[in-house]
Amino acid sequence: MEAIADWFKWLNAAHGINLTIFYDDFDRARFLRGLLTTLWLSVVCIALSVVIGVVGAWVQGSRFRLLRRLVQGYIQFFRNTPPLIQLYFFYFAVGGLLPRVTDAHGALVPPVSNYAWAIISFSFFAGAFNVEIFRAGIEAVPRTTVEAAEALGYSRLKAYIHVVLPLAFRVSLPALNNNLVNLVKTTTLAYAIGVSEMLYAASQIWSEVLNVREMMNVLLIVYVLVVGALVWLMGRWERAMRMPGYGV
Amino acid sequence: MRPPAGTTDLPVLLSPTAVLRQHDAGMGDPCRLLGPRTALFLVVAFSMAVAGAEAATAPAAPGVIASLWKWAPLIFQGFLFNLLVSVLAMAIGTAAGAILGLMQISLLPPVRRGSWVATQFFRNAPWLVLLFYCMLLLPFEVRLFGLVIPLPAWIKSVIGLSLPVMANVSEIVRGGVQSIPVGQWESAEALAFTRRQTLWMIILPQCVKRMTPPWMNLYAILTMATPLISIVGVQDGMTLTRAALSAENRTELLVPMYLMLLSWFFIYCYPIARWTIRLEQRFAVKG
Repeated sequence: MEAIADWFKWLNAAHGINLTIFYDDFDRARFLRGLLTTLWLSVVCIALSVVIGVVGAWVQGSRFRLLRRLVQGYIQFFRNTPPLIQLYFFYFAVGGLLPRVTDAHGALVPPVSNYAWAIISFSFFAGAFNVEIFRAGIEAVPRTTVEAAEALGYSRLKAYIHVVLPLAFRVSLPALNNNLVNLVKTTTLAYAIGVSEMLYAASQIWSEVLNVREMMNVLLIVYVLVVGALVWLMGRWERAMRMPGYGV
Repeated sequence: MRPPAGTTDLPVLLSPTAVLRQHDAGMGDPCRLLGPRTALFLVVAFSMAVAGAEAATAPAAPGVIASLWKWAPLIFQGFLFNLLVSVLAMAIGTAAGAILGLMQISLLPPVRRGSWVATQFFRNAPWLVLLFYCMLLLPFEVRLFGLVIPLPAWIKSVIGLSLPVMANVSEIVRGGVQSIPVGQWESAEALAFTRRQTLWMIILPQCVKRMTPPWMNLYAILTMATPLISIVGVQDGMTLTRAALSAENRTELLVPMYLMLLSWFFIYCYPIARWTIRLEQRFAVKG
């Protein structure tokens, strides 16, 4: 550990390549916290958006026309408007209208933090795509299979959970992976409302230490590695879940 | 690898290709999506937001509609600038991406691998990070043969946005070329076409059709990414909206103003999405 720090100090002194995150404890902690925030944001948003997708796809199969229309409206609106403006809309417009609450220290604070708004906004954004993706998967399960489940005494909900979803999930997986990878890249937008994720942490470091070039490269490489790891993992999962005879 | 047809009339799962076609057919029905109904829904939602804001307005202040009307021309100019950026970035990205994509199917392993790495790199990097990269690290002017070319911030942002477009176009080109059956290459070779002739006269003309829908989809994604340039300090529709909001400093304007900008993007991007699906359907039937 000490040797690494010394080497990067030497690199700075000899070549002017200043990577403080490798020898300065404060900067390193800040950058790692940013990385963790990015990962945490991604995981929470992925989970919530998948939930939104599953519920939305289920509602799309419901008998009530109005309900289906509403979900369709939600999907089309969130798919065809810029995610950044959605985020601003939630954080500044909706968040600005909510009444302030008193926190433990007696200060007036907004009831929903910027972290929470980022999670809500990104989950709804990715969820809109997930509804369509899951719906395509559900449509791949023929009516006869559902009828067979019904004949065995499954209710609509139980048949959905135990029969339709496991089959539909496999069909949806490639498109879902694409969308989730996109979601991870979208989390950088949280920078705009001051969520201290990796881009924000890096920008703080480069504005204090004035090592824009070095930090920018580190940032780009770390992001490509994180997203690359996700792509690789999802690809492996896709191959593991693949049903013989149903590959596209 | 589809299950042979006719083995059972009760398959547990339909073949993905069949489902995709069915699904697109549902998506492409113009009445079900942005037909008049979606437009009506949009208008009603927007009017409700404006009416709600109007009710919350203090009696002395000018009405919400009047304020929106006052700022709309300025913000619309900003929105047009967003569209300009999207068109330029798409043009640059497509030109560079086409070259990179053709390099991906090159017969020389180093060229193929190098372009593959570049494509994957720019595809996996977040758009905003690439934008920051170009904004902060490109020089403010470049000297070429004694000629000084200034690079203002907005041009740098165009370059920043065209990098991920380039990588995505590269993948579209590679996918398009690979979707053409190998038999076509072989028959062209049998007819004594050179590799270049085969590519230009036989393979690519067929690919264009298959590449158009994903290319249009990419354009819609790019258009929706253009507000990112407001984060790096280029004055676009988003910047102007926020400036107008801080000039007015009235909370009841927040929702209508953001909704106005959102609906402009929607009105621009939605027809593109619909058109894409229609093209996909048409080409799927022929293909």
